[in-house]
Amino acid sequence: MAYTEQEVLAGLAEIVAEETGLPTDTITAEKSFVDDLDIDSLSIMTIVTHAEDKFDVTIPDDAAKDFNLVGDAVNFIVGAQA
Amino acid sequence: MSTVPEVVVTGLGATTPLGGDVASTWSAALAGTSGARTMDNDWAEKYGMPVNFAATIAVKPEEVLTRPETKRMDPSTQYAIIAAREAWKDAGSPEVDGTRLGTVVSSGIGGIWTTLDAWDTLREKGARRVLPMTVPMLMPNSPTGYVSLEFGARAGAHALVSACASGAEAIGYGVEMIRSGRADVVIAGGTEATIHPMPISAFAASRTLSLRNDDPASASRPYDVDRDGFVIGEGSGIVVLESAEHAAARGARVYAKIAGVGLSADGYHITSPEPTGDGQIRAMRDALKDAGVDAENVVHVNAHATSTEVGDLVEARSISTVMGSSADRVALSATKSMTGHLLGGAGALETIFTVLAVHNRQAPPTINVANPDPELTLDLVRDTPRDLPAGDIAALNNSFGFGGHNVALVVKNA
Repeated sequence: MAYTEQEVLAGLAEIVAEETGLPTDTITAEKSFVDDLDIDSLSIMTIVTHAEDKFDVTIPDDAAKDFNLVGDAVNFIVGAQA
Repeated sequence: MSTVPEVVVTGLGATTPLGGDVASTWSAALAGTSGARTMDNDWAEKYGMPVNFAATIAVKPEEVLTRPETKRMDPSTQYAIIAAREAWKDAGSPEVDGTRLGTVVSSGIGGIWTTLDAWDTLREKGARRVLPMTVPMLMPNSPTGYVSLEFGARAGAHALVSACASGAEAIGYGVEMIRSGRADVVIAGGTEATIHPMPISAFAASRTLSLRNDDPASASRPYDVDRDGFVIGEGSGIVVLESAEHAAARGARVYAKIAGVGLSADGYHITSPEPTGDGQIRAMRDALKDAGVDAENVVHVNAHATSTEVGDLVEARSISTVMGSSADRVALSATKSMTGHLLGGAGALETIFTVLAVHNRQAPPTINVANPDPELTLDLVRDTPRDLPAGDIAALNNSFGFGGHNVALVVKNA
């Protein structure tokens, strides 16, 4: 069963909140991982690893390095679902 | 020619089986409280472990740290950070140039929870699920690295590893950093978080753990005739060391001096102490010589004494040899009877106890000694604290570790 865009955003926000300590409601699609959420590259890779597990998708490094906004990651995950 | 700086202790921090800070830990120790308890898990049943108790940490780090901190640090680092923050605040958060501030925070075993969790993940879910923070979390220098980051300490961040002597050796190295002119202030100590079924099973397999499952609080009983091994503990002790000149210039409160450091190795057996105590005796004598203290001025010894059949007596004989004719005037305390054995954290926590004993003129008790071993000829402080004399006094803290490491520190009043 595929996750909706809303479900992916909500799930990703939970993962980012665990990693950063930011409240989930501040983690929205238009936020930049680096500029707005102050997330370093190790944290992005941690978030990607948790997201792959949670949504049962594969996120190649080439795709992950292009994630600027939270929404970029949401779109990729929604599209990558089988 | 400049003289070698004197090193003083200006801050103390701890999180232990007896309490979440130094004040609660020290008052529980003076009251003769045991930190050992039956573990709240199903490990014994699930894995057939012969031991179902431990001296677990009194205040869980989740109650003190943020969620991201607990996810980015192995528990051993979490304990060290909690203790280091307390010690730093206790020292009055000194203003010091980062290039003159060092850290020496040791662990005996390292981030074993992280190591084994990652291995479980790898086996259950495959390589792609192993988290990128795994290596920086499991490495044994992670606690000192995080403490260095936290306080901007850039004179050097070290992590000396010598099993159960690690915490004391860290403090000894911190003293040397200040004496050699590399730093004015050093955050030093030890930490351990090894209450995991694998290391407990391994220690049990080596027949070094107490099996007193029916009465955990009385299991750690150094020098008692019925002692049957150590009780595994966890936690951290951290001190702020400072050159006496730096401390005086900022009007810092000084607890005591770390006046002497003695180090030696047995070169005899990987786990058993060398039976004549030669290495232990050399470490104690070197520490006293380094401090310029005669054995007859030592009023208190915080022994390594883990509650093992052989180890306790070898050390007691070594202490008797070093103290000679004044041995019967030494108040001997074995605080592992209360805290359990914090492994890499033990030497640091016991240095804190020794510093507080000298500062407050009060030696903490040894509990659970129903029938003292007849071979023990020293004057053991039992059940209630004992006052130490006024005037200039010195105390020794011994720490020994698997591998044949011997560390003795001499503490003098400020």
